[in-house]
Amino acid sequence: MNKVYNNRAWLLVLPMLILVSFSAIVPLMTVVNYSVQDVLGPNASFFTGTEWFKTMLNDPELQAAFLRQILFSFTILAIQIPLGIGIALIMPKSGWQASAVLILITLPLLIPWNVVGSIWQIFTRGDIGLMGWGLRQMGVDYNITRDGTDAWLTIILMDVWHWTPLVAMLCYSGLRSIPDAYYQAARIDRASKWAVFRYIQLPKLTNVLVIAVLLRFMHSFMIYAEPFVLTGGGPGSSTTFLSQSLTTMAVGQQDLGPSAAFSLIYFLVILLVSWVFYTTIMNMQKDKNSQGGA
Amino acid sequence: MSLHLQNIAHTVSGVPYISDVDLALEPGSFNVLLGRTLAGKTTLMRLMAGLEPPTKGRILMDGKDVTGVSVRHRNVSMVYQQFINYPSLTVFDNIASPLKLAKHPQREIEKRVGEIAEMLHIEHLLARYPQELSGGQQQRTAMGRALVKDADVILFDEPLVNLDYKLREELRDELRDLFKVRNCIAVYATTEPNEALALGGNTAILHEGRLLQYGPTDQIYREPNGILSAEMFSEPPINIVPGRLTDNDITFDNDTHFACDDALRQLPPGDYRFGVRASHLSLTPQAADDLELQVTVDVAEISGSETFLHVRHPHFPLVLHLAGIHELRVDQPINIYFPTHKLFVFDQQGGTVHTPLLQKEGVAHG
Repeated sequence: MNKVYNNRAWLLVLPMLILVSFSAIVPLMTVVNYSVQDVLGPNASFFTGTEWFKTMLNDPELQAAFLRQILFSFTILAIQIPLGIGIALIMPKSGWQASAVLILITLPLLIPWNVVGSIWQIFTRGDIGLMGWGLRQMGVDYNITRDGTDAWLTIILMDVWHWTPLVAMLCYSGLRSIPDAYYQAARIDRASKWAVFRYIQLPKLTNVLVIAVLLRFMHSFMIYAEPFVLTGGGPGSSTTFLSQSLTTMAVGQQDLGPSAAFSLIYFLVILLVSWVFYTTIMNMQKDKNSQGGA
Repeated sequence: MSLHLQNIAHTVSGVPYISDVDLALEPGSFNVLLGRTLAGKTTLMRLMAGLEPPTKGRILMDGKDVTGVSVRHRNVSMVYQQFINYPSLTVFDNIASPLKLAKHPQREIEKRVGEIAEMLHIEHLLARYPQELSGGQQQRTAMGRALVKDADVILFDEPLVNLDYKLREELRDELRDLFKVRNCIAVYATTEPNEALALGGNTAILHEGRLLQYGPTDQIYREPNGILSAEMFSEPPINIVPGRLTDNDITFDNDTHFACDDALRQLPPGDYRFGVRASHLSLTPQAADDLELQVTVDVAEISGSETFLHVRHPHFPLVLHLAGIHELRVDQPINIYFPTHKLFVFDQQGGTVHTPLLQKEGVAHG
């Protein structure tokens, strides 16, 4: 087939280009602009180069927030992915039970993020919250406004409650797409349940799981509303994650230069981790394939 | 090992899938289950495998009742329409999986997998993963898994449907050879009469969950026990023409009469339905007493080196299966020739009352 060259084709891309520039490129460039200047007033700013970036990278408070963030993301991934697979495996496969379970399990996903925070804030109160009061009755010293560990565990529990359904649903759809003949073949082979999971279900779920891990990583790395409402980042700064430090700096203290530099670093970290994860998985699959000598 | 299905019926949530099937398969036999989609072929195979128990009837293996015995405790294997292999295992491990689960020693596993792979011509692919193989190679791997263990019953559920024409013929021929040396019961489901003929062995014709006829394939093809069997086991379907038999002649439309042969003369006069195979009709006279019919062309389907010619007679439509390419215009009037000695005769209920004699062998008929 001959390719037709016609520069007017660019006109077709133009609307998209304009949209994307206003929604993404222009705002991003303003941030870049701020990150290399010290803005003192509307008409008073001077060029600072990479100074803000250096300051931000060496800021101990931000480094701590960054570590907390990493710890948080990996903890919830380590819980939510296996738990999501487990739930998907025991979910009913058809009939009204399947629909009922699907609706029940999706409910947390439909709740606005700040409402999730409020729900848990009330839930964990020692005087009127079911969980807070219940734990206290059982003699557990539980207080998220005083004890950092309690606050941490509660935020993780909240995130697991809120987002595991997403992983479960992705896995459920992945499992449903496996033809019944695979299971029949496994039964004929007298394969155990574990073998069915290890050699049929898990390999068939790989693609869905990559998506689930990427989504959950990006989401959790940017988490803001829920911990902000639940703990406000406390006690102390024990549950202050990156986005909250950023908000305090940009909106609370109006430090536009440093927070712009910080935003860019934040953005690049998410991009980098996602990219590294994705390419590693893809290369692993490719390696496995090429081992066979294709 | 013999397999006997005794008066099997199977109903799934009120819908009958299999009704009253009685079928005895002999040890070492190759059996074709022929039927259209939804005829109940897959259901019957699932029952044979023990993937589910029938709602009614008994299944005997070597005379022993295995009706309620689950597939895990029977020695069967199955090949599916889709190419079913373990995605994360190599071809070698895939084929070896039934042996590994049965805890055979490693040396023996290697030997047997090697033999099977050689038989199926995939010995150079043993280190690859299923997703790197072509469809035909994937299905060969699946067949290897089924063949490697000495199963008592091997079930093939339309295994060649998803392959292209050339591969299909190749694999089908190999399959037939593979089973010549095996002493297990093979059951092969297909929708295509020509595939059944090519595979030989025995054929069971299924229609709407019922067993129409079972016996040696060529015999069933020659002597269908009714219009349904004749239609199921012919591609394009056999032509059925209503007509009347009087003392010594036959008429289809009250105008054209032709003398019937001696065998037909024995039948009581009356209204019958006459069957003639599409391949027995022709554009040129084949015998002196062929009946000439004036028809108009409806459509000529040309497929490769043959033509399916659909024509219209004022009283009935006919299909001709012609060798070679014949380009004919729509509505073109032509003469076709109708062999008066190759008629199947069915009574009004659809039962066979006469089948044409074979030219050489001369099979006896009542």
